[in-house]
Amino acid sequence: MARWWERGHLLDPRYLIAFLISLVLVAGQLRYHMLGGYERLVLALLTCTATEALLSWFVRGQVVNLQSAYISGLSLSLLLKPQGAALWPFALGGFLAISSKYVLRYRGNHLWNPTNFAIVTLLLAAPNRVTELSHQFGSDIWTNLVIWGFGLAIAARVRTLHITLTYVASFLVLNTLRSLALGMPIAPEIAPITGPMYQLFVFFMITDPRTVVRERRWQMVVAVLIATTEALIRFASDSGWPLPTAFNAAPALMALAMVGPVAKWIDLRRAGRGIPAPATSLATPAAPASLDHGSSPVTRAGA
Amino acid sequence: MIAVPFFGAIGLAIRLDRGPMRSAADAVRPGFTLNDETAAAGIHFVHHRAEFDPKIRNVEPHVAALGASVSVADFDGDGWPDLYFTNSHFGQPNALYHNRGDGTFEEVAASAGLADLNRPGEGVSMGSVWGDFDNDGREDVLVYRYGYLALFKNMDGRHFKDVTEEAGLRRWVNCNSAIWFDYDRDGLLDLYVTAYFRDDIDLWHLKNTRIMHNSFEFATNGGKHMLFHNLGGGKFEDVTERMGLGSTRWTLAAASADFNEDGWPDLYLANDYGPEEVFLNDHGRRFVRATAGLESESKSGMAVALGDAYNRGRLDAFVTNISERGYLFQNNNLRLNQMPDEHRFHNVADATVANAGWAWGAQFGDFNNDGFNELFVANGFISADKNKSYWYAMSKIAGATGQLFEDAATWPAFGDASLSGYERARVFLNRGLSGWVDVASAVHVTDSYDGRAVALADLSNRGSVDVIVANQNQRAVLYRDYPDSANHWVAFHLVGTRSNRSAIGAEIVVEAGDIRQRRVIDGGMGFASQNDRRLHFGLGSHEWVDRAVIHWPSGTQQVLRHLAVDRFHTITEPGR
Repeated sequence: MARWWERGHLLDPRYLIAFLISLVLVAGQLRYHMLGGYERLVLALLTCTATEALLSWFVRGQVVNLQSAYISGLSLSLLLKPQGAALWPFALGGFLAISSKYVLRYRGNHLWNPTNFAIVTLLLAAPNRVTELSHQFGSDIWTNLVIWGFGLAIAARVRTLHITLTYVASFLVLNTLRSLALGMPIAPEIAPITGPMYQLFVFFMITDPRTVVRERRWQMVVAVLIATTEALIRFASDSGWPLPTAFNAAPALMALAMVGPVAKWIDLRRAGRGIPAPATSLATPAAPASLDHGSSPVTRAGA
Repeated sequence: MIAVPFFGAIGLAIRLDRGPMRSAADAVRPGFTLNDETAAAGIHFVHHRAEFDPKIRNVEPHVAALGASVSVADFDGDGWPDLYFTNSHFGQPNALYHNRGDGTFEEVAASAGLADLNRPGEGVSMGSVWGDFDNDGREDVLVYRYGYLALFKNMDGRHFKDVTEEAGLRRWVNCNSAIWFDYDRDGLLDLYVTAYFRDDIDLWHLKNTRIMHNSFEFATNGGKHMLFHNLGGGKFEDVTERMGLGSTRWTLAAASADFNEDGWPDLYLANDYGPEEVFLNDHGRRFVRATAGLESESKSGMAVALGDAYNRGRLDAFVTNISERGYLFQNNNLRLNQMPDEHRFHNVADATVANAGWAWGAQFGDFNNDGFNELFVANGFISADKNKSYWYAMSKIAGATGQLFEDAATWPAFGDASLSGYERARVFLNRGLSGWVDVASAVHVTDSYDGRAVALADLSNRGSVDVIVANQNQRAVLYRDYPDSANHWVAFHLVGTRSNRSAIGAEIVVEAGDIRQRRVIDGGMGFASQNDRRLHFGLGSHEWVDRAVIHWPSGTQQVLRHLAVDRFHTITEPGR
């Protein structure tokens, strides 16, 4: 086991993350038919990889590693649920995810996690046609535990476990407090985190090394802020505030879309003033790029 | 440069969200209207929902959200179809509306002995199905409840006698669906009863609150379904295990027809929290769950309606599901029957029929007599405070593991929130390969009640397909159909001899010019509903029927040629 773990350290961590989301997709499809049609997967993957190849060639003069586009395509096909048999959300979502990395930039970095940006944009722009993941791995605790187990192990390997655990702890504390404050039972308020959408969220989105801030402690602070924003959105929903449906249906995704870019912008601004990144930063070339996103640092260097 | 297509894509998403520039409904002429003539007909039925054990008060609006049903039967044999509505609150009577034949009805449930069925210790009504189980020429009725089944024998066309005990049917079943069908073709109607909550649950005296489904996708902890074989002499035998039908999925609706055209009636189940199921009848010896392409889609099946969607001479299945803006798109299924050749159903629901809100009862009917079936779909789950929605709360619990939400106590309290409330009914016009278009408002269907059961009947014997909708906790609605007078029609009243007298399960294929359409006499279909036993076919401009082939439940096939149109034909099953 120890030798396997050591060998694992020699692997590019991005492969581990790609493996994890591929595992989620294959298991979810084989056992629970989560995709709702292979054409959705094919379209999302094709759009993401083609957009990445085209835009990187156009902007940088060469085609970058397409692994992050692969991960975006898989994430979108899992997380987007269209009305009827519509396929356009997968094409538009794939294009928005990848092109956001080239358009919404600050000091050479993109600010939004691409998959998060695409899903939130579609939820806000097309709520009559698009919603987020509704499949729940059969509501089966054992399937969920297996994915949590794999996810935590790989998060530890790619050094993002502190972000995941900080968010989970914050979610549990804040939503317990919220339920107590509103006089509601605690169980339904902390129940969502046991579901698959949150697995994808805590392992793949909030840990995206291209869009997290540099220092470990600030990464944890941002995780707390995301959980806090989400709890506030939920509080507003509980109180019947007239929010767009996307806030009620996907508070975690909305919270990340709101907090993540601001934190990243501040971090980049600080970096621009010459504040160095600490050794534990995920943004160093040797550090893991996580699921979604960010092209290979090597190819980026050539851009 | 990249920003231009980027922002263009966002703009395109906003545009696509709105749908077509010009509503297709504006471009078509439905050729019929459905007018609300409930009050004029003297129908004043109002459904009242159940109240259960205070332990589940937090989810009571959800658990008690069913029970409004309607079934059609000519119980007095006068040639005019009558209506039976069920109620679901202790002390609230069911209603039997006798059709006077002049466009009005009189309520006679109390004198018939079919009113007082909602009592403590007995349960509350969830629906009813009619069939002549003893072949005496009079339609009997089974009332299914959250509680004991109740079988009533029609004594003289005016009075009914409770024969549940002697029939061997006094079972406690938390039931939302039952159908009559003759699975072994012995000429006696058998009974299939589906269960929802487990049968050890008394919703008024709960031992604990672990009563809910254990999965939103693959729940199998519901009540056990039962098949009762009619032995004759008013006796039934439980043959569930022997026949392989002891499913414990959370079934909300069942329908029967000979899907694979082998001469034996099969079963189609719409399951809540699970995939649909088809059970094929192996020559009356047992049922085998078919691998029919249904296993991969777990949804929330609410109703199953059978009809020939594209005039292929086959019975297709329309299964309703849930769609809610921004939260959940489960989409209704329109499944083409390819069982005879490909052994599967193919879902071809387009965006229009796929999304009908939180859809419940549905039926195929040719409202304009043009030779193509339209679809009527009732919608809406819980209409309470318009400014409060339970969907956000539902999204919390739906993402949890089954062990958590199986306990009703863990569900967020409903309070006075709505859940997909105030939705309008849909009427989908069939344009063949050009797709379906919702013409509800154009044909005057504008109510926003919480629709449940939908039944179709020609209440005035004039060649039209009237729609009766039982609404949950609200008044029932009768929509009278006024079809295009230029189109012709034909209708059949079948009388079984070797088959069951009600001819339930008989299928007719009518051929008139380019029209070839199949219908089945149902022993319960849709959600908590049963249609007119007489089969109605629109013929468009065709002035005669080339051929009508009757597939009797006994296996007899009868061919009729050159039938006159615009009239009812009473056909008695030929002898050997």
